[in-house]
Amino acid sequence: MIVLNGEHSDVRAGETVVAVLARLGLGLDARGVAVAVDGEVVPRASWDSFALAEDARVEVLTAMQGG
Amino acid sequence: MADALSPSPPAPGDDAAYDDVLTIAGRPLRSRLLLGTGGFPSLEVMAEAIAASDSELVTVALRRVDPTARGSLIDVLADAGVQLLPNTAGCHTARDAVLTARLAREAFATGWVKLEVIGDEDTLLPDAPELLRAAEELLDDGFVVLPYTTDDPVLARRLADLGCAAVMPLGSPIGSGMGIRNPYNIALIREAVDVPVVLDAGIGTASDAALAMELGCDAVMAASAISRAQDPVAMARAMRAAVQAGRLAHGAGRIPRRLYATASTPDEGLAAF
Repeated sequence: MIVLNGEHSDVRAGETVVAVLARLGLGLDARGVAVAVDGEVVPRASWDSFALAEDARVEVLTAMQGG
Repeated sequence: MADALSPSPPAPGDDAAYDDVLTIAGRPLRSRLLLGTGGFPSLEVMAEAIAASDSELVTVALRRVDPTARGSLIDVLADAGVQLLPNTAGCHTARDAVLTARLAREAFATGWVKLEVIGDEDTLLPDAPELLRAAEELLDDGFVVLPYTTDDPVLARRLADLGCAAVMPLGSPIGSGMGIRNPYNIALIREAVDVPVVLDAGIGTASDAALAMELGCDAVMAASAISRAQDPVAMARAMRAAVQAGRLAHGAGRIPRRLYATASTPDEGLAAF
């Protein structure tokens, strides 16, 4: 089961980061977005090729008011 | 040091001392007020406050995407023409802070980071060993690191020695509005490091910002003091004026404190009745 932003998702192993972003309504051109998988940064250039493993923990982050 | 609250004025004729451009990591900044974006009632008020503050460097946090969120903070800040300073707020370990900074670099295409590593939930005070660890790792990775630190001059010097582009000592705990609890330490920090000192956290109102600048700080960072004021836009204007006033007063060189009065009107020529 792949966990997306702390919640179980219907994302399946083998799907790419792009597929995950789509579930959040985001495209490859999303501004101000960063992705981490299992505690490692996935650079934007790899979003369409990075395939998720079973039990991957995916964090999709963006700017929020703070500081 | 005779009086930590009366720093030596710059030498007369030293124009550089009055040059109002602050440079952090080679980036010139006209405004010596950094703004935090947290706590504003709306993006519209935030945008107005940014304009009123004249700030060029504003902090943002990195959080999970909320598909239901309305409005884009990134777009509003881009329209405002400000440089983003991502923070690592909420991180309690060097590991989390480093990863957050790397994600922020990816998201916002900036290598600048306001490094926060929190050691205590109630006071949000920095965790010194984790802060040093994170700073070292990020500096090795090429980041421009601006660490949120305590008002400890030794820790500030350690951070500056590592290569941090500025140090950001607290006046008092984040969001407390308690002002500068140890002005002597802030003045000592100004003496201890060669990098810009940005007073961060604790500012409650304009006089706190003016005091920070009078103590010799190079800039002031305000967040809640502006965003949670009853009129954030008016407070942004007040902070801008206070930072300028404090800067000018610091350069002008204040009079020494005395226990007894010193007449400002001469006795000479005083009438005898």
